[in-house]
Amino acid sequence: MYLRSDERGPAMNNRLTLRIAIFGGFAVVLFAVLFFRLWLIQVIDGDKYLAEAKNNRTRSYRVSAPRGEILDRNGNVLVANRTSLALQVNPRKLPAEESQRRVEIARLAELTHSTPSRVRRTMRKELKLAPAAPVTLRRDVGHYLVYYLKENQQRFPGVEVQRVFVRDYPDGTLAAHLLGNVGEIEEEELKERRYRGLEPGDEIGQDGVEDTYDRYLRGRPGLTKVQVDALGQPTPNGRLVTQPPAPGDDLKLTIDENVQAAGEAAMAEKGLRGAFITMDVHTGEIIALGSYPTFEPALLTPPLTQKQVDETYRNPLAPLTDRAISGLYPTGSTFKPITAIAALESGKLTLSEVIEDTGQLVIGGQPFKNAGEAANGSVDLVEALEVSSDVFFYTLGYRMWKTGELQRWAHALGIGRPTGIDLPVAEETLLPSQHWRNQLYREGGTERPWSPGDNVQLATGQGDLQTNPLQMAVAYAAIANGGTIVTPHVGMQVDDAAGRVLKEFAPKPRRHVRMDSEYRAAILEGLHDAAQGGRGTSVDVFGSFPIPVAGKTGTAQRPPYPDQSWYGVLAPYPNPRIVTFVTMEEGGFGVEAAAPAAKKILEAYFAHRLAHEANGEEGEEGAGG
Amino acid sequence: MYATRARRARPEPFAVHPGIAERLGLPYMDGPMAIAAIGLAAFSVFVLAQATLHDVPGDPYYFADRQAIYAILGVVGMYLLARVDYSRFRELRVGIYTFLCVSIALVFVFGFAARGSRRAFELPLFSFQPSELGKVLLVLALAGFVIDGARKGSEVQRTVRYLCLGLAPAALVFLQPDLGTALVFGAITLAVMYVGGVRWTHFAAIGAALVALTAAVLVAAPAIGVPILKGYQEQRLTSFTHPSADPANAGYQQNQAKIAIGSGEMTGRGNRATQTRLDFVPERHTDFIFAVIGERYGFFGAAFVLSLYALLIWRALRTVTLSKNSYGTLVAGGIAAMLLFQVFVNVGMNLGIMPITGIPLPLLSYGGSSVLATLLAVGVLQSIHMQARLGQRGRFAW
Repeated sequence: MYLRSDERGPAMNNRLTLRIAIFGGFAVVLFAVLFFRLWLIQVIDGDKYLAEAKNNRTRSYRVSAPRGEILDRNGNVLVANRTSLALQVNPRKLPAEESQRRVEIARLAELTHSTPSRVRRTMRKELKLAPAAPVTLRRDVGHYLVYYLKENQQRFPGVEVQRVFVRDYPDGTLAAHLLGNVGEIEEEELKERRYRGLEPGDEIGQDGVEDTYDRYLRGRPGLTKVQVDALGQPTPNGRLVTQPPAPGDDLKLTIDENVQAAGEAAMAEKGLRGAFITMDVHTGEIIALGSYPTFEPALLTPPLTQKQVDETYRNPLAPLTDRAISGLYPTGSTFKPITAIAALESGKLTLSEVIEDTGQLVIGGQPFKNAGEAANGSVDLVEALEVSSDVFFYTLGYRMWKTGELQRWAHALGIGRPTGIDLPVAEETLLPSQHWRNQLYREGGTERPWSPGDNVQLATGQGDLQTNPLQMAVAYAAIANGGTIVTPHVGMQVDDAAGRVLKEFAPKPRRHVRMDSEYRAAILEGLHDAAQGGRGTSVDVFGSFPIPVAGKTGTAQRPPYPDQSWYGVLAPYPNPRIVTFVTMEEGGFGVEAAAPAAKKILEAYFAHRLAHEANGEEGEEGAGG
Repeated sequence: MYATRARRARPEPFAVHPGIAERLGLPYMDGPMAIAAIGLAAFSVFVLAQATLHDVPGDPYYFADRQAIYAILGVVGMYLLARVDYSRFRELRVGIYTFLCVSIALVFVFGFAARGSRRAFELPLFSFQPSELGKVLLVLALAGFVIDGARKGSEVQRTVRYLCLGLAPAALVFLQPDLGTALVFGAITLAVMYVGGVRWTHFAAIGAALVALTAAVLVAAPAIGVPILKGYQEQRLTSFTHPSADPANAGYQQNQAKIAIGSGEMTGRGNRATQTRLDFVPERHTDFIFAVIGERYGFFGAAFVLSLYALLIWRALRTVTLSKNSYGTLVAGGIAAMLLFQVFVNVGMNLGIMPITGIPLPLLSYGGSSVLATLLAVGVLQSIHMQARLGQRGRFAW
């Protein structure tokens, strides 16, 4: 110990001096550390921290943009928007205490007509998607609930009522299958290229044109930046930047609301599962397309009640399926014009050739009979189409059973292959062929290889054929327009909010099929006679129709179910502008169910012209003209 | 002639008619030290006036007003203490030490609890935190014990005795619980022992014991189920090593403080200082006031404050060397260490290089007890300085 306890004189000695020097050096080092660190944070990395600070004090809220409206070809609104009050809960602001949280969730469940476990499940699901976003528990809450929540705010921390845009369908179920619906983007969809820039919680079109034309309809969400304090509460006057949302553009469809409504009414009247389509034979514009049973697209906006789920998704009648596009049916005799053109073009039939229809054709010991076992006597092609002679077409099918011309022509006309329609559906249809059957046979999928009977069946639209009204309409359109395979579409144009046309959709034809105009004329004549000739199969329905048409009935056999009713019609004859196809499952003969429905659709389409003709004037042509 | 002129040119300090400064003893005080201390206290009032404006509803200058009152009281106390011969405190060491321990112990009985710890008495007009004044008292008492016991017992015995004397009040403070002040007590104890000449080998042993203790407290004790630190204390102590790991937790405060300081850049953000104004930085008027300064006044402001501290500590260390006796040397060393430790730990905490320990920034952090105690400590330094200056001249001030 070097300290002296005496009080006088300088207390320093060498050892103490050393210790103080070390002390001082230590202090210098510590201050150097502080100064260096300060310099590093403020001067070297200052920009980074300044950015963090700015980010810290602002919260950006996405302001959802109203989606564009969907209109029919005449500008009638099919889908609009309305604002709705949505009950949202911010899970991060719920009480931290589990018991209090449970009480609040129970209260919320009561308010939203749900159960606590369902509320929790919804919150978990949504939180996984968007960790910071509030969770929507119920849409379209009434004002009484809003007032109740406002008055009892302290009992419901974290609960807020948000104004959101929801789709509004002024015509209810009209064109439900075409329109599709809107829903929050799914986790996997966020990775897709077409949804680049979207965030969890954003809404996108799902199904129908809402999906196909989503990029036009969607709009661009706005951004509101708000200055917040450390608790995330907006500060007074803290609104910093507001970038208003850009509303989506309006989509005009090729659909004609009146024709569509007539078709749906005709389907509903019969109450049979089925579908209809009306299409412009030259452009592929779909004027009406529907499927029965249908559904309320408004109900598909989540959250759904269990009842709604059962009625739509678990309904055995599958109302969500668009049978016009996704149906897989044999077509019955409506297939015969295709067989006819194949036989004519491949030289297996001449226009003047007469075939004796004895009521049945026996091939390899197996008899193929006419429907109703009627014998039509000697018929040429036109007559065969008029009376729908099965034996005539059996014969053609038999003539082409090995050579594949029927398949080649049916394929060329679009049967069994995607049509390219602008709706998000998988078009998986089947045109039976020798190759297909033999392949299946080799794989053990069937008990026998391709036989003449298969082709005979196909010639009359029976057997393994699986197609739908859309493909048939495209094929009929090609026969009517001289061989152009149109691309069916429902999107017509995109207008901006001010009504300016931004984009028009006129998809190029898929291809052209060369066909002899005499053959086409003969087939159309046969179809015209079938609809409006003396012995025609659908003359009961169309005989008195003031506009000349060319139409073909079909009765598809689908054992064990009752026969399926088909009708395909081109109008006006002889230069058709539209093709209409109707099918009804279990509808029986084509003339019984499908043809009357097709007539109602044509009446709606030609309503204008029919009204003029009823007044005895030579009027303009139809409303869709 | 020549002699007369010479006398006139350099008049004797204690002339027959001393000037007012002479009467006040100002020439014998350490001017730069006083300027640094008063400057820091004044700057504190200025910062609080700007940064906590309207924090208390209805009283926009609540914190600034009170801090100003404490600072004025403290400066008066500093001056009065400077005029007292500090050597008296050596004689009073037992009384001082007893008062220190009893006052801290009484907090357990009469103190009021704030945020889960009892640290202060509620007195009329203000609350009094004995452990703040205790820092100065510990220096005065411990230095006395070291001088007094310099010849009693072996060196090991003496080292153990000093340690026990220093760590007893530290333990009491730790139990309040106030980890930060307990650490300051520990630092003071070690500094007084260091200046008092305890062997290096003993410090090595103490260092090894500290490492072992830290390991035991942070790792071993929780592992066997006997947590010594409260959960939040441990979290604070360890989270600075991974500050961004959980922004919602202990590291959050430090992260926000760092962002605040960094965003000040070179010249500061002034009234646009959102980090500290919008409550992102917690405890902005006390433990994190340096972050406020960093954000509002930038590198210039923060460096200015650090420079004042450097000046203060340099003058304190200089006083160590000037002291007329060993007691003064020890006291000055203890106070210098107290200041240095608090400044480094607090500023280091704000800058994200030291753990969050709840140690206030001397003179700048809002708090009457702290400001008063620190200014009184500076008063003691001034007294040592004054006695040394007067001692050189062989006179007392009064």
